[in-house]
Amino acid sequence: MFEFTEDHIKRYSRHILLPEVGGIGQKKIYDAKVLLVGAGGIGAPVAYYLAAAGVGTIGIIDEDTVELSNLQRQIIHSMDDLGKEKAISAKETIEKLNTDVTVVTHLERASSANIMDIISKYDIVVDGSDNFPTRYLINDACILSNKPLSSGAVFRFNGQVMTIVPHEGPCYRCLYREPPPPDMTASCQEAGVLGVLPGTIGLLQATEVLKLIIGQGDLLCGRMLNYEALEMDFRKIKVNRNPSCAVCGDNPTITELDDYEAFCQMKF
Amino acid sequence: MSDQVNIDKELNIKGEVCPYTFVKTKLAMETLSPGQVLKIILDHDPASVNVPKSLRGEGHEVLDLSKNENDDWVIIVQKKR
Repeated sequence: MFEFTEDHIKRYSRHILLPEVGGIGQKKIYDAKVLLVGAGGIGAPVAYYLAAAGVGTIGIIDEDTVELSNLQRQIIHSMDDLGKEKAISAKETIEKLNTDVTVVTHLERASSANIMDIISKYDIVVDGSDNFPTRYLINDACILSNKPLSSGAVFRFNGQVMTIVPHEGPCYRCLYREPPPPDMTASCQEAGVLGVLPGTIGLLQATEVLKLIIGQGDLLCGRMLNYEALEMDFRKIKVNRNPSCAVCGDNPTITELDDYEAFCQMKF
Repeated sequence: MSDQVNIDKELNIKGEVCPYTFVKTKLAMETLSPGQVLKIILDHDPASVNVPKSLRGEGHEVLDLSKNENDDWVIIVQKKR
């Protein structure tokens, strides 16, 4: 059992002071195991803040390496990390921030072959992936393994966040049955994204993760938060669970995972 | 009054200053069962105001605030039921 040292008391004092957290909540945070799919635009701030918050185990799935074009928004990486695996770079940054945190790196692409095994080692999943095949894969894997999922997406000046608690609220597939066909989506390379946007969305997801861990507040479960940065407009859209959803419905047809065709490898 | 209640736990946080006086008080309160009583000894004057205020804010009952023979502050608090 995790016992607070003098350093822990100082480091986490602003959490312990919160009636909703306290020492009990801080211990829950330490005991939590959170898996991040992607250490890119969304994964970077989520990883950084969850590490600062004292999440005891953070897993990161990412096979990509750090490129100069990532540094406009992926704040966990820096110039020294160019060419390094993102998961390794994130681990090194986190270790400089907080040695209480154990970072587990998965230097592979999430697929139907590996994801169930990886997810089984974690309590909560954060989707910061940049493509529809992975988004559906992670959604389905979380439903099948009954793990809560924070789903986030960014595009240009727009972002969306939803928290999926399997069988308690809607899943991503309740909202959109199937991924869009590859030729229907904008070219990832050409879409662009405001650098701070994945920070905003990622921190909303990190907030949901901490709420899930300490069991406080109202989650974005059954509600999708839509953020328009240009208008500075936050709007919540009610989303219902679809009883005929292929994965979380009453008679699911998806009982094992499938890999959709990958049509964009660019990382946001 | 402090002589009349049964003290379940004692916390000496002399030398600590705000906000750690309350952080440590809170951690000690979490180890108690509802209705149990904690005696806190501290010497940081602002904490003699802040700690009882924060304890009340979390719903606990401050039974007594006084100075002991060493001129330290003594707070007696009962955990909320």
